[in-house]
This record gives sequence, structure tokens and C-alpha cells, in this order.
Amino acid sequence: MSLLEIQNLTVTFHQDGREIRAVRNVSLTVEKGETLALVGESGSGKSLTALSTVKLRPDTAEYSGQVLFKGVDTLKMAARDLQSVRGNDISFIFQEPMTSLNPLHTIDKQLAESLLLHQGLTGAAARARVIELLTKVGIADPESRLSAYPHQLSGGQRQRVMIAMALANGPELLIADEPTTALDVTIQAQILELLADLKRAEGLSLLFITHDLTIVRRIADRVAVMKDGEVVETGPVEQVFTNPQHPYTRSLLAAEPQGAPNPVAADAPEVLHTDKLRVWFPIHRGLLRRTVGHIKAVNEANIRLRRGETLGIVGESGSGKTTLALALLRLMPFEGRAVFLGRDLGKVRGAELRAMRRDMQIVFQDPFGSLSPRMTAEQIIAEGLTVHGLEPGRDRGEMVAEIMREVGLDPATMTRYPHEFSGGQRQRIAIARAMILRPQLLVLDEPTSALDMTVQVQIVDLLRALQEKWQLAYLFISHDLRVVRALAHRVMVMKSGDVVEEGAADVVLANPAHPYTRALLKAAFGDRG
Amino acid sequence: MAPSALKLSALNQRRWKNFKANRRAVWALVLFATLYILSLGAELLANDKPLLVSYRGEWRMPFLTFYSERDFGGDFQTEAVYPDPVVKCLIKSGGMVECFDGPETLIQSIDLGKMDGAPGFQKGWILSAPIPYSFNTINNVEGAAPSAPDDKHLLGTDDTARDVLARVIYGFRLSISFALIVSVLTSIIGVIAGAVQGYFGGLTDLIFQRVIEIWGAIPMLYVIIIVAAIWRMNFWLLVILSVVFGWMGLVGLVRAEFLRARNFEYVRAAQALGVTDRVIIFRHVLPNAMVATLTYLPFIITGAIGSLASLDYLGFGLPSSAPSLGELTQQAKQNLQAPWLAFTAFVTFSTMLSLLVFVFEGVRDALDPRKTFR
Repeated sequence: MSLLEIQNLTVTFHQDGREIRAVRNVSLTVEKGETLALVGESGSGKSLTALSTVKLRPDTAEYSGQVLFKGVDTLKMAARDLQSVRGNDISFIFQEPMTSLNPLHTIDKQLAESLLLHQGLTGAAARARVIELLTKVGIADPESRLSAYPHQLSGGQRQRVMIAMALANGPELLIADEPTTALDVTIQAQILELLADLKRAEGLSLLFITHDLTIVRRIADRVAVMKDGEVVETGPVEQVFTNPQHPYTRSLLAAEPQGAPNPVAADAPEVLHTDKLRVWFPIHRGLLRRTVGHIKAVNEANIRLRRGETLGIVGESGSGKTTLALALLRLMPFEGRAVFLGRDLGKVRGAELRAMRRDMQIVFQDPFGSLSPRMTAEQIIAEGLTVHGLEPGRDRGEMVAEIMREVGLDPATMTRYPHEFSGGQRQRIAIARAMILRPQLLVLDEPTSALDMTVQVQIVDLLRALQEKWQLAYLFISHDLRVVRALAHRVMVMKSGDVVEEGAADVVLANPAHPYTRALLKAAFGDRG
Repeated sequence: MAPSALKLSALNQRRWKNFKANRRAVWALVLFATLYILSLGAELLANDKPLLVSYRGEWRMPFLTFYSERDFGGDFQTEAVYPDPVVKCLIKSGGMVECFDGPETLIQSIDLGKMDGAPGFQKGWILSAPIPYSFNTINNVEGAAPSAPDDKHLLGTDDTARDVLARVIYGFRLSISFALIVSVLTSIIGVIAGAVQGYFGGLTDLIFQRVIEIWGAIPMLYVIIIVAAIWRMNFWLLVILSVVFGWMGLVGLVRAEFLRARNFEYVRAAQALGVTDRVIIFRHVLPNAMVATLTYLPFIITGAIGSLASLDYLGFGLPSSAPSLGELTQQAKQNLQAPWLAFTAFVTFSTMLSLLVFVFEGVRDALDPRKTFR
């Protein structure tokens, strides 16, 4: 008998009188001691399927089919029995460790709560078990960490605590919902290793939800591919990866940014040039608010960027990549010298600065957050025109339609609101908003990392085509070296505000000098890199 | 542009549908709107001046225009006292001098048709309001005031012999109008102040917050007592005082929304485009802060109704001649032997506040994106 057997599971939501079937006829099995990876793009119903196993979903969901856990149908269980299964036999790890932990309670308290609830452990026994668990998930010096609050831990440590919580009651099935997506690549590898070790040591079964195929190859025994609420293909990892049957699986596997950037003309003029650019935030202490030190968000960055060239800025979160970009756009104060199109960026003010903004634009990471939800696509795209004026003799609607065609959007959709577009389309709107002013410099702050793989490829192609057509200079911020390799001429690697490595993209990627660059390379290309 | 501006966005369409799905809220809204619209025409419902008279074949509207008694053939240059039998007689008879002697008998004869054809007689008529008293009409009926409900005064009279029903109709209008005006003004000021603080943050925020703390610590009641000692209290003065001391309610909420929203990427994107701060505040951030504001608005409106009533109850509000529900409550407390006063005040307040609560409950649920409607 399989540990978990899902048969013909269908989950239906009712909204505004309509029926939405988010999961359709899904059948899956997880054997004891096995890792099953559930792969699919956002909205494919993979998380919903996993959460439905213990009915962790809003009351409005309606279920049909069977979920047999050790032969018992959890969908028909009473709420009390279900609660003893949740967190006890089946445990969860979620994507965002910061929001999964209660910020107001110490690690000790949060772990002990679960022990008390399911095992009745209190006092010294509970404490001993907590320390044992923290040791098991690889937290160094666990005794001193007991009284720490979640914000005092790093992202990786928080995720380790989450795993400790999930393991607290000796579950048989661990459901991990994108557990490494919010973490830096180097931490990601450690967490994956930890999960693999624990699985072996504890004899756990793992249901691993992810959109990242590199992770699947590394950790899973079998894989199930989901699309639009249905499982389209399932099988052992080797078989699915080497011989995919379903066309969707094939497109998913093929979705890797291809190609190389177009060469830069030898006589291309310089667009941007910085000398020892610094962004330091002062730390104030004491009664008189004296400055006792600085947080060095960006420390002495020297940038040269020419027309038609892409500089890839690579680094983990908190390394100062985004701060550097915001400083170059004058959205954040900086020290040092920055020259943009022959003018000193540090010195322009007021109307002159506003006029200069026409030539430097930015595209953000999150296509959901970067578009105002209450404006139509036309209003969003045309916003820059209301500030900088129309091209003489041209109509606003006409200009919006032209730019929409250029970025691959149907101009007929310009009256729609952002929520009516898909993630990739929204990112195209964000690009159109920046491009309608015909800037010289485009800062791209992780423009692909919130998108599904197949969409990433399209956006990379679009960006490359736009660069060739308009000879744009790109400042491309990313932690995904696959995308960087496809777009960047030169690469700059940042770590805690410092530039640790810099050079031509092919040189840096082929022969990385810094250990961090090597870790990034391994994460991006696996062992093939 | 025009069609998209006129048409409700998909989001608002969904909200409107959600609101309509809440039957209680819809009925409360219909009922409340009807009552308020009716009370806006209070002069037509309850008035001691006739709505229309025909005097010597000429139509006059005394509830709109001033007519002296002399205009109806009387002696005085002061405004005609329409409930007075002499004036009634003068109008109906077309100004016959016999009215000064025995108006009641003459009116009887006119009604019976005995006077037709008499010299100097021109038949006239009077169209009174359904309730022939205004909020300040003192009607000295026999017996002591307050008098119990009867066929002349459906809800009785208060302790200065004024019709309670008329006062309730005018008082309802006054309460709701006061609450709406105060709420709109405090919301506008509060939203702008909160927006500025939240958007700019830093030192602006710090200074503004301290100012608000000091301002909020000034006891409004004392200021009203002092102001009332200098000027005679009236409706607009009370509105101004309530706004001056009440605009802080929304600031915290809007400020928090703006503090959150100013770091959103679409705000950053607008800044990168060179859009000015004022445009960003109004175009990008404010629409997204409005939902929280709207859910808070009911508390401001009911709070304004309550504060007007309590000021009147304490005697620091509008002068006692004004039609005030708070003053009615005060009278009810002083005249426990006249339970119709307390009963009327209670029913009026509870109906008014319940209807508002039902409406806003529906509004809040309709704006809640997490609430799903089948």
C-alpha cells in the first residue's frame, strides 16, 4: 500500500455564480521513503493539490475524489481526526520562512508549542527535544539560539527552523511547497542537502512542489508535471527528463534562455560612467544620534556602460544590486561621481532631473507589484508621456498602440486592467511603459525571476530584440546566471556591497575566480556547467 | 476616454454586485435614502405656514414668501399668524372686516356656503402641510405641556408645547446633514494630511505626528463652551468646530496605507518616470488607500451623529429652539412622566443608527476582496 494515494481529486471553487475547477482529476501516489516532485507553472494547481490532502484550504473549496493516507480517506475525516493528521503524520514547509514564523514568539516557544499540542511534552523534556531538533537541522550552537526571534535569524536559518518544526512530531510525509524559492542560491543548495539527508535518516516520504527543474533533477525520485489543474505526465525523473512524452513537458525542459548577446559596436559611445560610487547608510546611536558607523550598501562601484551594451550585475539578496540601480536612477542619494550622457548625475536638480529621467528607465522584478491595479494598460503605458509630452504630431493612443505591438501585446487590450493580463504580459506592459520614452539606459531589476520558465525565455528574446533595434544600454540585475549568460556582455559580481569580480561575461562565467561566483554557476547549470 | 471613464471598472462592478447580494443592506439603503429625501422636504411635511393659499383669487405660497397680515386685509405689518382663526377667516372670506369680531362663526358660514354672493366676499382656501406645525411652533393646547399623543399631535408635544413629530422630522434632517457634512470635511482633511505624512515620511511625518498629538489633546468640549460664550452657537459654527477637532480620525489609517504603498514598485516606477509627487499621491497611491478609508467612514458618520446628540443633550450644542434629537432626549430625562418623549427619541436614534450600520456593513463586505460571494 502506498503512503499517500490521491485518486481523481477535483477541487472546485464557486465565485460570483461561476464554477472554477482549479484541480481536475488528479491522481498521484507517494510511496514510503520516496520523493515525488510536483512541477508546474504558477497557477497550475500544484500547491492546491498538496494542501488539499489535509483540507488546508478555504471553506469555499469543494472536493471530490479520494485522498488515501495509509488507506484512510482524509477528505471524509472529521475535523478533529484531521487535526491529528496535520502536523503529526503529514507536515508542511512553506515558501516564505519569514511569514511562516510568528515574529512575536521565540524559536523555543514556537517549537515547544507544537510538541505540547501533539505529544504533551513540557518543561525540560520539551526543551531537550527542541535542542535535539535544532541540532538535527544543522543549526550551530542551538542552546544559544533558543531565545532568538525570527528576525534575528537569517533566511536559511529560518527555513531550518521551519523544517525542525515540521519534523517535531516525527511525520511520515513531508510536503515542501517551494521551500527554497525565497532563498539565495548558496543557501538553497544547503537546504536541499539537508532535506535529502533527513529523508534518508528518518525514512521520510517527501512531496516536493517546485517550478525549478534543476532542483527536481537533484532531489526527486519521481516527478509529476501539472498544467492547468491536470497532471499531464508522471514517471521516474530519469525517464521524464530524457524521454518526455507530453508536449508541455518537452517545452518546459526546452525552456532555457538561449543564445548570446549581440556584439557591441567598437565605436559605441559611453552612456554611463561612475567613479567610486558609494551608498552608505549612517547608523545613529545614543542620545545625540551620533553617527557611529555606516551600513555599506554599495561600496565603490565603478561602472562603464556603452550604447548597446549589457552589464549584468549578479549577487545574492542584500548584496546591494538593487540599491546601486536605484542610486543610478537618482531614486536614492549616493556619494561619488556618476556621469550619465555627459552630465553629472549628482548635480542635476528639479526640472532638469525630471527631463533627464526620459533617458533612463527601469523595469522591476514583480510584474504584479509594479503596475498600479487601478489603472488601465493604456494609462500605465502612457504615464511617461503625460510627464514628458508626446512626440510632435502624434496621438497618444497611436503611440501606445505602436509600443504595445513592439513589445508583443495586442493594442486592442489597452483598456484592460493589470489583473486581466498574465504575468508575462504584465512584464511586457512594464517594458512598454519604460520604452515609450525611448530611453538610452534601461535598468532591469530581476525582470525575469518572478516569471515561469517558458515566459522567461520569451522576455529574454524580447529584451535582446529591443536592444538591437534601439541600441539600448542595459543594466541587468539578476541572480540567475542562465539569463545573464544569454543577455550580458560584461558581468559584475557583488557581495555585501563590494564588487568582488568583474569582467567580460564569457570569461567570468567560464573561469570564475570568486567562490561565490562558482556557487552561483553550480546552482544555475548544475554539474553540466 | 469617455466610455471607460463612465463605465464602472470590473472591480467596481463586482463590488456593486456583492453589495446588491446583501439584501438587508440594500433595503436599509433604500429605506434610509427615502427617509432622508423625505426629511429634506421637511418644510412641505411639517409647517405652521400653509403651503398654498388662495386669497381673492390670487395664489400665494406663504411657506416660501413673507406676507404681512395687512396683505390679507388685517391690521398688523408683522407676518401673518396663519393658525390664528382671524387670519384663517380673512383668507377664506377675502378680507372681510367681520372676521375681527367672530371669526369662528364666519368660517362656519363660509364652509356651509351661506356667504356666497355677500358684498365684499371672495371665497378663498388654505392648503396646509400634513402636519400643521413647524419644529418651533408653540401650540398652547389645553392642559399642561408636555401633552400626550392625540389626534392633533401624533407623538404628543414637548415641555414647551411644540409638536414632537415635527421636531423629529426636522431633527432627523439636521442630524444626518450634520453628520454627512462633518464626515466629508473631516475625511478630506484627514486623507490629505495622512497622505502627506505617509508619502513623505521622515521629518515631515515626525513633526506632523507631534502636532496631531498636541492638537488631539485639546478638550473639544471646553473649546465649544468657550466659543459658545462668545458667539451664539449655530449649525455652521458647530460644523466648523467638529471638523477642526475631528479631522485626526482618519490620519493614522491613511498614513499607514501610504507608508506601505510608497515603497510599492509602481510608485518607484512612477518616480523613475519623473512623475511629480502630487500626481503620484492622487493617481497612484490614493485610490489604493481609499478602500481602508471607506471601511472606516461609517464610524465617522455614526460618531458625528452621536457627538451632535450628546452635545445637545448636555446643552452645549445648538440653541434649544433648534430641532435637535439630543435635546429631545434631554427633555425625556427631565420629564419621566411623559414617556412618549423617551420612546420617540429611542426609536428615532435606534432606527437611524441601525439603518446606517446595515448599509455600511454591506459596503464593507462588498469592498473586502477576501470575502467570496456565491
